[in-house]
Amino acid sequence: MKKPIYLDYSATTPVDPRVAKLMCSYLTMDDGLFGNAASRSHQYGWDAEEAIEAARKHIADLLNANPKEIVWTSGATESDNLAIKGVAEFYAKKGKHIITCKTEHKAVLDTCRQLERHGFEVSYLDPQENGLVDLNKLKAAMRDDTILVSIMHVNNEIGVIQDVAAIGKLCRENKVLFHVDAAQSAGKVPIDVEAMNIDLLSLSAHKIYGPKGVGALYVRRKPRVRLEAQMHGGGHERGMRSGTLATHQLVGMGEAFRLAAEEMASESERVRLLRDRLLKGIEDIEEVYVNGDLEQRVPHNINISFNFVEGESLMMALSELAVSSGSACTSASLEPSYVLRALGRSDELAHSSIRFSIGRFTTEADIDRAIELLHQKIDKLRALSPLWDMYKDGVDLSTVQWSAH
Amino acid sequence: MAYSDKVLDHYENPRNVGTFENEDDGVGTGMVGAPACGDVMRLQIKVNDEGVIEDACFKTYGCGSAIASSSLVTEWVKGKSLDEAGSIKNSDIAEELALPPVKIHCSVLAEDAIKAAINDYKSKHQD
Ligand SMILES: Cc1ncc(COP(=O)(O)O)c(C=O)c1O
Repeated sequence: MKKPIYLDYSATTPVDPRVAKLMCSYLTMDDGLFGNAASRSHQYGWDAEEAIEAARKHIADLLNANPKEIVWTSGATESDNLAIKGVAEFYAKKGKHIITCKTEHKAVLDTCRQLERHGFEVSYLDPQENGLVDLNKLKAAMRDDTILVSIMHVNNEIGVIQDVAAIGKLCRENKVLFHVDAAQSAGKVPIDVEAMNIDLLSLSAHKIYGPKGVGALYVRRKPRVRLEAQMHGGGHERGMRSGTLATHQLVGMGEAFRLAAEEMASESERVRLLRDRLLKGIEDIEEVYVNGDLEQRVPHNINISFNFVEGESLMMALSELAVSSGSACTSASLEPSYVLRALGRSDELAHSSIRFSIGRFTTEADIDRAIELLHQKIDKLRALSPLWDMYKDGVDLSTVQWSAH
Repeated sequence: MAYSDKVLDHYENPRNVGTFENEDDGVGTGMVGAPACGDVMRLQIKVNDEGVIEDACFKTYGCGSAIASSSLVTEWVKGKSLDEAGSIKNSDIAEELALPPVKIHCSVLAEDAIKAAINDYKSKHQD
C-alpha cells in the first residue's frame, strides 16, 4: 500500500539522509569511531570525544552559546525535567514559586505538577486568544519567591512564536531564571540566548531532522545557573547528567543542527510558500478557522478548525495524509486539545481541528493533493453533519439545548 | 487507531443518509449528543399505520465509530415495530461493529438516538 503523505513534521521529522550517513560511520568496528568519550587512555575514546565536541559546537553555534553551556540529554522531555526540577531543587531555599503557561508541552506541565506535589507553587498563565503570553500578566504573576519562568518558544500544536526576548528581559530585570522549551523552534527561527536573556533552553534532535532519543539543555554559565542533577552516576556532563555519551546520536544531532543553521533561511522561505499555497487552496471552504496568531507563527505549522466536521472522522477521511488532530477522539480521554481550550476556542472548534505540519521533504504536489482531498472530504462530512444542516438553516447552535452525555 | 472492517464500510458507504420532514405525522426524530462532546446524532424514523418502521435516515457529527453506529441502526430499525426497535441494545451495536472500549459511548449514543426518535413519534400520537 502506498504510504500516506507525511504532513506531521511537528510530531517528528525523518532523519536527513546526510545525517543518517554520518551517524552510521560512528557505530561499527570497521569505521573505528564507536568509542566511549570517557575513555581517556586510547585513540577510540579520543576520537569519540573529538566528534562529540564538534557536535556540541554545532549546537552552541545555533544558539549563540558557548559549547561549555551545552549538556547532552535524551531529548527535550529530559531537558525540560532537568531544567525545571534541577533549578527548583537547587534554588528551593531562595523561593518555591514557578510561572509557566497553560499551553506548554506536557513535559513542562507535568514536571510542574510533580513539583507541586513536593511543596512548590506554580502559576499557570492563561494565554491570550492568539496563543501568546500577555507580558503584563506575566509581570503581575512574579513574586519575591519566584525562582523560574518557563515559557516555550514555538508551540507544538499551533505554531505560534512567543516573544521570548521580551519575556527574557522581564525575567532578567526581576532576577528570575528563564527557561525556554525550544524543541519546536530550533532550526525554524533564530535563537540567541544572549540577546534573548535565556538561562536554560531545551532542545530535541528529532524535530529538526536528527535522530530520536537525543537532545540537549543549554545552561547559562555567566551569570552561572546551577542545577541539581536528576541522573546520577559517572559524573558526565560536568555532573549535570551522568551516562555514557551516545556518540552516533550526538554526532547526528550536531550534523542536523549544522545543516539547520546553513539552510534555515532558504528552507523557511520554501515552507512558507507551501503553507501559503495550502491556505490559498482552501480559502474557498466556508467556516474555516486558523488557530493561533496569524502573524507571529512559524510557517511549518498550521492548525485549522473546520467547523461542523469532527476532527477524528476528518482524519479518517484524510487517511491519505499523515496529520494530527486536536480532537479528543485520538486519545483515550474525551477532552479536546488543552491548548486550543486554553485559547478560549469552543469545544466544537477544538474537536474540529487538524494540524498540518510541513517540512524539508514536502512538495507542491503533496500540498495540492491535500487541498483536493480537503475539498472532497469536508463536503462529504458536512453532507453527513446535522450541525451543518442547522447552521445552513440559520440555527444558532449555541442556543440549542444539547443532551450532554 | 485501527478500525474494524465493518466500521470502515459504514463510514465509507454510510447507509440512509438524509432528512425527513419533521412536520410529517409519521416521522419521529431523535437528536442526541452535544457538539462540545464531539458527537451529535440525528436519527429519524418513518412509521406506517401498522406501527412498523418503514424507513429510517440519519446525519451524524462525530468520529468514524459514531457515524458507523448510526448508519448501522438505520438498517436495523427498518421493518421493526417500535417495541422491537426500542429493544436494540448498545452492546449489540458495539459487538456488530467490533468497537473498542473507548468507542462504546458511540453505540450508547446510537441506542439513545433510537429511543429518542421513538419517543418523539409517540409524543406526536398520544391521542
Ligand atoms: C515543545 C515540545 N517540548 C518537548 C517535546 C518532547 O521532546 P522529546 O520527544 O525530544 O522528548 C516536544 C515533542 O514532542 C515538543 O514539541
